[in-house]
Amino acid sequence: MTFETQTTSEPLDLASIRRDFPYLAQELNGYPLAYLDSGATAQRPTVVLDAEREYLEHANAAVHRGASTLVGAATTAFEEARESVARFVGAGEREIVWAENATDAINIVALGMADAAAGLGGAEADVFRLGPGDEIVVTEAEHHADLIPWQRLAAKTGATLRFVAVHDDGTWNIDDAASVIGPKTRLVAFAHVSNVTGHIAPVEDVVELAHRHGALVVLDACQSVPHRPTDFAALGVDFAAFSAHKMLGPNGIGVLYGREHLLDALPPARTGGSTITTVTMERAEFLPSPQRFEAGTQPVSQAVGLAEAVRYLERLDMRRVHEHEVELAGLLVDEVARIPGIRLVGSGPGIERGALASVDVPGVHAHDVGQFLDSRGIAVRVGHHCAQPLHRRLGLRATTRASAYVYTTADEVRRFASALAEVRPFFGATA
Amino acid sequence: MSDLSGLYQELILDHSKRRVGDGPLADPQASHHEVNPTCGDEITLGIRLDPSGSTVEAIGWEGDGCSISMASASALSELVVGADVEHAREVIDAFRAMLRSKGAGEPDEDLLGDAIAFHGVSKYVMRVKCAMLSWVALEACLNEAQATGGTAGASAPTPSEDA
Repeated sequence: MTFETQTTSEPLDLASIRRDFPYLAQELNGYPLAYLDSGATAQRPTVVLDAEREYLEHANAAVHRGASTLVGAATTAFEEARESVARFVGAGEREIVWAENATDAINIVALGMADAAAGLGGAEADVFRLGPGDEIVVTEAEHHADLIPWQRLAAKTGATLRFVAVHDDGTWNIDDAASVIGPKTRLVAFAHVSNVTGHIAPVEDVVELAHRHGALVVLDACQSVPHRPTDFAALGVDFAAFSAHKMLGPNGIGVLYGREHLLDALPPARTGGSTITTVTMERAEFLPSPQRFEAGTQPVSQAVGLAEAVRYLERLDMRRVHEHEVELAGLLVDEVARIPGIRLVGSGPGIERGALASVDVPGVHAHDVGQFLDSRGIAVRVGHHCAQPLHRRLGLRATTRASAYVYTTADEVRRFASALAEVRPFFGATA
Repeated sequence: MSDLSGLYQELILDHSKRRVGDGPLADPQASHHEVNPTCGDEITLGIRLDPSGSTVEAIGWEGDGCSISMASASALSELVVGADVEHAREVIDAFRAMLRSKGAGEPDEDLLGDAIAFHGVSKYVMRVKCAMLSWVALEACLNEAQATGGTAGASAPTPSEDA
């Protein structure tokens, strides 16, 4: 993939954006904080915090329950939040299901499919019914959240889990996918943007290939929806998952996107109040999507906060957010590539990636690298980033990851690189 | 600014390179595998007691982890080989108490020797587990060696809950 050439008129006003995030103004160990861990969790602008408080102070009520004016207002706020999120990702509002987070969203699909295989859901759930001889395909680069639910589904149904192999830099392409996806494939799951390599998946090509074989496509969109304009309908995926806390929104809420007719047919794995039409002592009839999946009390203030985060990102304009991050990703890769003896995971300079970089510092463990950066006021992620199989494939156990977002400055990226260059001398690494 | 030298004391950086006890023990009486699930660091530590079962005769470990976890295994080996089993347990308890102290108090230098260098780690809550990894494995080995009366065997890997 090449850099996008179409640019919008004005870059982001970083100074103004940073004033919206009180968190960023603090010091860390005597230095101005350089928060380079947005890939793990993003910080929240004041408007998001205010929106949650405003809802709780004036509009809090039990949504979709009862008939009072207060319930009506709360339900309206809750459903308007759904509309905002739907608009943001090119979906219809019945195609947006609230989940706890992206992990939960993927589990809703995997557990629903296991229920289908167990005989629930009637004839319309046939598309989800896996058994021996069927294949589930994931890549070697997946986050555990997009791997373990499929391992469990395979174990429950007798289906086989197969893997798209990655190259030595952790990336993969459509040819790699095509060598695994075939007539037996019933489901393909992969990350839009890798949380370790920043690699951007060829989504449309995989969708075309998978659909040609009648397979469903599940997209882990955690590192794409917050960072680039994303239209699920245009991408053609069947399901997608993302988390609010990685896109300036609250914890405790995530989103499952699904094409309407699929969501209406997927058995709800978690059942209970608010999901039903008629209940007898023996059985229950379920509502269509999204209510069929939203059992029990819902995270309403979080939904309101997420909708405010979406509006904030829309005001910035996601095209400009993306351009900003393409620039930072380029700088990050260039700066890291200049440091002798540091191994950058993923593709090298000149190839677009998500605005993150995971590095291995030979002779120094990632925990120690992170500790050194921390002492310089630089917050990064260390460890396997919930991708042990990928690290193992790359011959690594843990890496150090810097990840950027709307509020990240070029200066922060340079501080990261310059501190990184000091790590090996500090620990006397010779390996 | 945070004084990194409080965490990475010379003794720790030195032990992380010397790695006393590094290498698997032939015929361990007990062996235990510990994993730190947050970073994937791991260690397999084996011990052998003397024929009477009262003294730690040998320790060998194989591990992959940060400087704190590797240095800690090294310091442990230096401290515990040749020690009476009951004394080794006291040292483990003292080490754990020091790591849980959040930087408070004075560690017992008579018991802990060089391992007091890890006192600074206790202020870094995310690193305590790194330092404890080999000590948890040693404790499991002692329990096993004493429970089985010294017959060879290895316990199953368990993620470390100890911090």
